[in-house]
Amino acid sequence: MSVPEPRVEKLRRRFHLRLVWIVPIVAAIVGLTLMVHSWRERGPRVAITFESGEGLEVGKTLVKYRDVTIGRVSQITLSDDRTHVEVVADLVRSASDLAAEGAQFWVVRPRIGIGWASGLSTLLSGAYIGVEPGAGGGERRTHFVGLEIPPPLAHATRGRRIVLDAHDLGSLGAGSPIYFHRLQVGRVIDVHLDDNTGEAQVIVFIDAPHDKVVTPATRFWNASGVDLDLNADGLKVRTQSIATVLAGGIALADAPSGPDANVAGPGADFRLYRDEQSAMAPPDGEPHIIRMRFEKPLRGLAVGAPIEFIGVEIGMVTSIDVGYEPKTQHFPVFVTGKIYPRRMGLAYTTMLADGRPDTDDFLAVLTGQLVSHGLRAQPRSGNLLTGRLYLALDFVPSAGRVTFNPAARPVEVPTVESNMGELQAGIAHVVKKLEALPLDQVVNHLDQDLTDLHGTLGHVNDTLLPSATQTLGTMHEALESVDGLLTTDSAFRNDLEQTLGDVQQTLRSFRALADYLDRHPEALIKGRATERGLPETTAPANRDPNK
Amino acid sequence: MALPRAIDLGLTKCRVCGLVAAAGPDEVHCARCNHLVTVRMPASAEKTLAWLITGIILYFPANILPVMHTSTVTGHEDSTIIGGIIEFLRSGSWDIAALIFIASVAVPVTKFLAIGLLLWTVRRRSVWARHERAKLYKVVEFIGYWSMLDVVVVAITCSLLQLKTLASAEPRLGIVFFCGVVVSTMMAALSFDPRLIWDGPAGAT
Repeated sequence: MSVPEPRVEKLRRRFHLRLVWIVPIVAAIVGLTLMVHSWRERGPRVAITFESGEGLEVGKTLVKYRDVTIGRVSQITLSDDRTHVEVVADLVRSASDLAAEGAQFWVVRPRIGIGWASGLSTLLSGAYIGVEPGAGGGERRTHFVGLEIPPPLAHATRGRRIVLDAHDLGSLGAGSPIYFHRLQVGRVIDVHLDDNTGEAQVIVFIDAPHDKVVTPATRFWNASGVDLDLNADGLKVRTQSIATVLAGGIALADAPSGPDANVAGPGADFRLYRDEQSAMAPPDGEPHIIRMRFEKPLRGLAVGAPIEFIGVEIGMVTSIDVGYEPKTQHFPVFVTGKIYPRRMGLAYTTMLADGRPDTDDFLAVLTGQLVSHGLRAQPRSGNLLTGRLYLALDFVPSAGRVTFNPAARPVEVPTVESNMGELQAGIAHVVKKLEALPLDQVVNHLDQDLTDLHGTLGHVNDTLLPSATQTLGTMHEALESVDGLLTTDSAFRNDLEQTLGDVQQTLRSFRALADYLDRHPEALIKGRATERGLPETTAPANRDPNK
Repeated sequence: MALPRAIDLGLTKCRVCGLVAAAGPDEVHCARCNHLVTVRMPASAEKTLAWLITGIILYFPANILPVMHTSTVTGHEDSTIIGGIIEFLRSGSWDIAALIFIASVAVPVTKFLAIGLLLWTVRRRSVWARHERAKLYKVVEFIGYWSMLDVVVVAITCSLLQLKTLASAEPRLGIVFFCGVVVSTMMAALSFDPRLIWDGPAGAT
């Protein structure tokens, strides 16, 4: 058997020998394109330092801006001094502008407060790093210090940032709401101490369009908690909202007295008042210091006690010192007070009207004039129960002349004694009157009268009571015999019943007679007409007239 | 002693109908089925090399790029092949990790090495371990069927895990490249003419 001969055909060029190399070339091109693409996509690599790496995971934790992923954490290391954590994140190219001067990074974790909650989506998905770009045009940076608390204002919120001066923060904190007519218009974004003044400063943010309500006349006050007010009108409870009661808050409104009212410290826009009342009060102006010397001890006068000028509270006691005079071995009491003459209102404005400046010198001159008209400081009892005193600046006509030193600083106000002295004198007078009463005599008479009364009562006991007992016994016997007479089977009762029966029968007969006579009146004269056939029953009737 | 080769006897065979024919110097066609009859597969080594290079190139993006994207309520996640293996290992499922490792890393790499070795020895007309190399070729051909395991896993996961917002999975570009790797290595194995192993200095086995 021969092997079959294959047919030989014309040779063709074999392109596929080279063609196969297209496959790896295409693969290489695709691979290269991918590499170039991912290289082009790669943005800057930034390092952010945080206090802790809680919830952060390499390769999983994302960097997000406006909830869009712009990067991923690629490395988490401890700093050399082990005080913080350094998180390295790769950002995408389109977000490279974000990694510039002023950008803020923070870790978004679930945060829950009274009345608000944020980052709840991270409960399931895990924490991510939020970013807030700085103002445009900043220099590119690769190292950032992360914020521990998320910035309160995200993504360039429109509105107005206001700094408030505060003596007392109450329960305010970042996130506390701000109310205007009980409508939330903003929130506290930061609370810190001012480096210069040492006062607390509250930075608030009023969201647009509510920021228009803030004018120079606006007053801010702390609306934290519940405001209880018990006065002649009754009990008033004022709150903003339940959330405010728990978490604190600020309320704002326009002052009725106009824009020039608000006196805030340097660096602050407005002052934060303690409560609505003080916020709405007319401006206090500059405080002035006055000093008073009292010869008698002032028990019940405390620092903070009010100073009143003819009934208007214009200031308060700031210090109480005890002096000593070696010559006389005397201990006078020096009281220093802070007064706000502007609280006098119209009076002070009138006094200032001739353009004199509101200074200590002017106050001294004014005080001098008033003192010559009898102005004195007098401790008065504000509350009889607690014995608290307040200082009254009042005109005492009976006060003697004093010399006023207009050059003394602080301004010295002459004093008179406490009205407690007068009160005591009055009480002493009453006591003296009481003492003058002949109490001994009265008591003697009363004692004698009581002895007499005792004798009388003894007499009653001895004579009157036995005879009364006897009478009662007799009465008891009489009642018993009556009872015997009236029992069912007594003879008396039988007789009585029989007698009554007879009487009844008699009456019946009498009525029959009366009827007969009514019909036959002539019977009285003619006698009974039996022929007319009168009924038998009438027979007893004509017997009666014969009786 | 070495068995005589068909080429030594001046014979060849049609690859389609099996008709034995006399080997010619030129490319000839089968007298029975008209298929091209060659003594050896034309440009076998070259084609195999091309496919091997393609496979190696594609293997990089297949491993670097994520093969699957899963989104659940706890977050979104892109998983790569290596990442998946590490994750299974960490969660204690070493058996699944081993399976994925074998299917997606060991098998392709073994195929690259095996085909590379075959190509290299054939090019050198080496007489070293011819029987073993022939077996190696059979193994490479056999495991080619199982190389698509990863692709199947991703395909099944993505089609089954569709719970709208709760959880969903979708394939990513990496799996396409992985597919490419598998296809390339299978093509490389197909292009390789095992008869080349026996070419070279006669007598040695």
